[in-house]
Amino acid sequence: MKINSPLQAYKYLPGDNCGICGESTCMAFASRLIERSAELTDCEPILRDDQKKNFENLQELLRPEIREVDIGVGDKAVTIGGDDVLYRHKLTFFNKTVLTYDVWDTMDENDLAERVDHIENFQKFYVGQFLNADAIAIRSVSDEPSQFSETVKKVMEKTNLPIVLCSFNPEVLRAGLEVSSDRNPLIYAANKDNWQEVADIANDYGVPVTLFAPGDLDLLKSMALTFTKMGMENLVLDPGTYPTGTQLRNTFNNFIKLRRAGINGDREIAFPLMSVPLTSWLVYEDTVNASYWETVLACTFIIKYGDIMLLHSTEPYAMLPELHMRDTIYTDPRKPVMVDPGVYEVGSPTADSPVIITTNFALTYYTVESDLASNDIDCYLAAIDTEGIGVEAAVAGGQLTASKIKKGLEESEFDLKEQTNHKTLVLPGLAARLQGDVEDETGANVVIGPADSGRIPGWMDKNWPPSTE
Amino acid sequence: MTKKMKLSDLTEMLKDLDVEALEGVNIEGDIEFDVSGVGLDPNLSYALGYEAAQVSLHIANIAKLLGYPVDQLFGASMGAVGQEAPSAEGIAAKTGLSELASSSFEVSPVKEWTHTIEEVTLGATSSDGGSRGNTITLGGENALPYYFDAEMPHRNYVTMDVFDLPISMAKSVRTNYEDVMDDPAEWAKKVVNEYNADMVTIHLVSTDPNIEDTSAKEASKVVEDVLQAVDVPLVIGGSGNPDKDPEVLEKAAEVAEGERALLASASLNLDYERIAKAATDHGHAILSWTQLEINAQKELNRKLMTQCNVPRDSILMDPTTAALGYGLDYAYTNMERIRLAGLTGDDELTFPMSSGTTNAWGARESWMKESPIQNDSDWGPREYRGPIWEISTGLALALAGNDLFMMMHPTSVQVLKEATQSLFGTKEAEDIDISNWIGAEV
Ligand code: B12
Ligand code: SF4
Repeated sequence: MKINSPLQAYKYLPGDNCGICGESTCMAFASRLIERSAELTDCEPILRDDQKKNFENLQELLRPEIREVDIGVGDKAVTIGGDDVLYRHKLTFFNKTVLTYDVWDTMDENDLAERVDHIENFQKFYVGQFLNADAIAIRSVSDEPSQFSETVKKVMEKTNLPIVLCSFNPEVLRAGLEVSSDRNPLIYAANKDNWQEVADIANDYGVPVTLFAPGDLDLLKSMALTFTKMGMENLVLDPGTYPTGTQLRNTFNNFIKLRRAGINGDREIAFPLMSVPLTSWLVYEDTVNASYWETVLACTFIIKYGDIMLLHSTEPYAMLPELHMRDTIYTDPRKPVMVDPGVYEVGSPTADSPVIITTNFALTYYTVESDLASNDIDCYLAAIDTEGIGVEAAVAGGQLTASKIKKGLEESEFDLKEQTNHKTLVLPGLAARLQGDVEDETGANVVIGPADSGRIPGWMDKNWPPSTE
Repeated sequence: MTKKMKLSDLTEMLKDLDVEALEGVNIEGDIEFDVSGVGLDPNLSYALGYEAAQVSLHIANIAKLLGYPVDQLFGASMGAVGQEAPSAEGIAAKTGLSELASSSFEVSPVKEWTHTIEEVTLGATSSDGGSRGNTITLGGENALPYYFDAEMPHRNYVTMDVFDLPISMAKSVRTNYEDVMDDPAEWAKKVVNEYNADMVTIHLVSTDPNIEDTSAKEASKVVEDVLQAVDVPLVIGGSGNPDKDPEVLEKAAEVAEGERALLASASLNLDYERIAKAATDHGHAILSWTQLEINAQKELNRKLMTQCNVPRDSILMDPTTAALGYGLDYAYTNMERIRLAGLTGDDELTFPMSSGTTNAWGARESWMKESPIQNDSDWGPREYRGPIWEISTGLALALAGNDLFMMMHPTSVQVLKEATQSLFGTKEAEDIDISNWIGAEV
């Protein structure tokens, strides 16, 4: 983005304060534009003919430094690139790294089907939603056009995930595209030998294309410039991911250099970057070592500027940290994630069901909620307004107190005496020190649960119903 | 095909015809005919049209020469039906360029990184009045870790945890220590000799009044034992009890006099002055620990320097490590901000950092047998999940600028060292040719 204050954006807005954009003033809308939490097209008046110039100028000023590239179609389509900063705390990172797991065209049909299934359906619950893989890369190992296109077809029959077609052989790529171009796949890759033919292919089918120049940033930039001159803008750059030793050190620095130059305004290379941690399998043969090292590379390049990456290991101990790291780095640091405070019903609670106290920090709430729900525990779950802070930090910081708990129950009109037979609140183990205060403040019977909500089921077996004296 | 045509011929023809901008027949972009003048005399138009068609034919022939399937294209644009997309054969650079544009890549180093992170040396050899076999120096950076902007003077180091009583730990960690858990000295030997620890952290957890309330004096004996058992530099940790720790660390600092250990930790919620005095009186360094808050970190560092006179080369920071999935987003960014602030001149933050990476074992993903959530995919064997959780947590912080890692699992230590030393540049490995990775049979 070429501007960084709302005032600079405000200059171009119509100044009507009409509110169509959902903000009450143009200035408020300008702030949202600078934060990148609104689209310029949300302002209808600026789309009028007489505002065309302003629209175009502002659109140009707001354009992210790193270009955005779309891959795939429909609701599984992904966008990569679009970043404006080198450090997440300066704004946030946009368009999380697309984690792409591979299949190959020499796989046996059942294995292929199973692997596609695993990649598509692998899921890990986290903060109210599931973490998933994003795309499938199809590698041509056979180097046979027909065998490749057959494999592409089979993958497409099974899944709508975006696909990446991988071969250095233009004929193979063309064969793959002939059956899949309407899915807007990313092709991989043009290199120094095949770039003219691959350029033609990308141009013929209008699909995004990866440029691969391992260890050679001059070449990579020349290729990017050449493709741009030929009218292609949907480019992804792969500077090569060398897996080990000083080669890895150079790889790391290549990613840093490319992204820094891009953010600093070198438009010629300001494209999304691809990393291929899969190369760790060229070094390690056994699954555990290769998966571990692949995860190390994946984490490194999720953090340092990889926008899409190609991976091989589908072991849960590789996928889980990869999915989490991606989520960690792309979480918007500007907002604490929280749920609306209130008393929620989990399952179908009755007057005998427990009343569980927790906080409205999204990570805490959803962890507890899913621990309860997936173990079929019917209960009332009270998310106390701790301003989005977890249990332990909220107890330490004073956001979770006896009076907050009382207020939380009252405001959602939950009457412990009326709605339960046991008049008991269950506090998190990490809030044990609030027990006395909560008893005094609410008049309820208070029991202390385990420290980790994952252990509530076992705890319930021994401690529920509570002994009421 | 016999008819040959040079580009210069074409240009000549175009000049006569008043047809402009036939650009890029073999150099650039799309071919464009731009006929100047709007309200043309119909006769002239006809003549021009004729010539243009001729030119097109010639160009089409050139294209054919180059191998492009022109007929299909013409067929398609003239409304022929049933044409297929160009087939795989006979394709060549219709997109125009036959050579790569020349360009070289340049990027400048970061100008704002004007300050150097302090160097802090831990351990003392006999020449400095200690008994350690070697010393370890942390810090000294002028750039973010492993960046080309400036040489990173020291690699990352790992100190492995040893406790003064058997504590509860994740199963896959415990199995490595079952034979030594009752003997901190043996435990220390094991991590140094077998697991390649650069340093040892002895945690005096038994001193906690709620655990065994071991006296400071008794606890300090364990410190002596460990100093005897291994000759690497030491970190000495209390139990984390804010009332007891000052006393425990004072006594430990005394018995370790001359060894230049790291005392862990000073924090804002205990009597940090006593711990700081213990460090300065006996020549140790001090760990300044705050909880994920950059301003609190500045405040504590400032107090240690100005109020307690701790020299700048004796302060290390622990800005708190939260595990992957449990606040690593905060921990990562907190460290990155601290390091960037240091490099750009905030002299309350120009100190090396340490991470309690062991915290990763608190994440349920690292120790629980299976997911408590029914719709989760299978989490797989926890023996493999745990170490990689510790590795990825540590690795993220290494990239944020962390220097010293406090860790537990031998595999985690080995892999994290391998990763950080590769990035640092001291890990030699055979060069790998990745130019044809797609075809790899993996
Ligand atoms: C991330 C973090 C932060 C983030 C908080 C982000 C947020 N939105 O909550 C930030 C940076 C803001 C922060 C700040 C502080 N933090 Co803090 N923080 C952490 C950290 C690293 C992780 C906490 C976390 O998110 N855990 C994950 C969530 C899901 O856990 P949870 O909410 O506790 O929920 C679990 C259980 O409680 C239980 N559970 C939940 N509900 C229920 C209900 C029932 C009935 C049952 C049975 C169980 C149960 O199950 C859940 C899943 O396991 C911990 C250290 C650690 N443990 O690793 C320190 C920690 C919690 N922080 C601590 C402190 C002291 C603070 C500060 C006071 C520091 C300061 N000086 O500024 C501030 C206070 C801020 C405030 N309150 O305004 C201390 C608390 C010490 C103590 N016990 O008193 C900790 C333990 C660090 C430490 N070792 O000292 N912190
Ligand atoms: S829609 Fe446009 S003109 Fe109306 S308030 Fe929003 S920014 Fe201003």
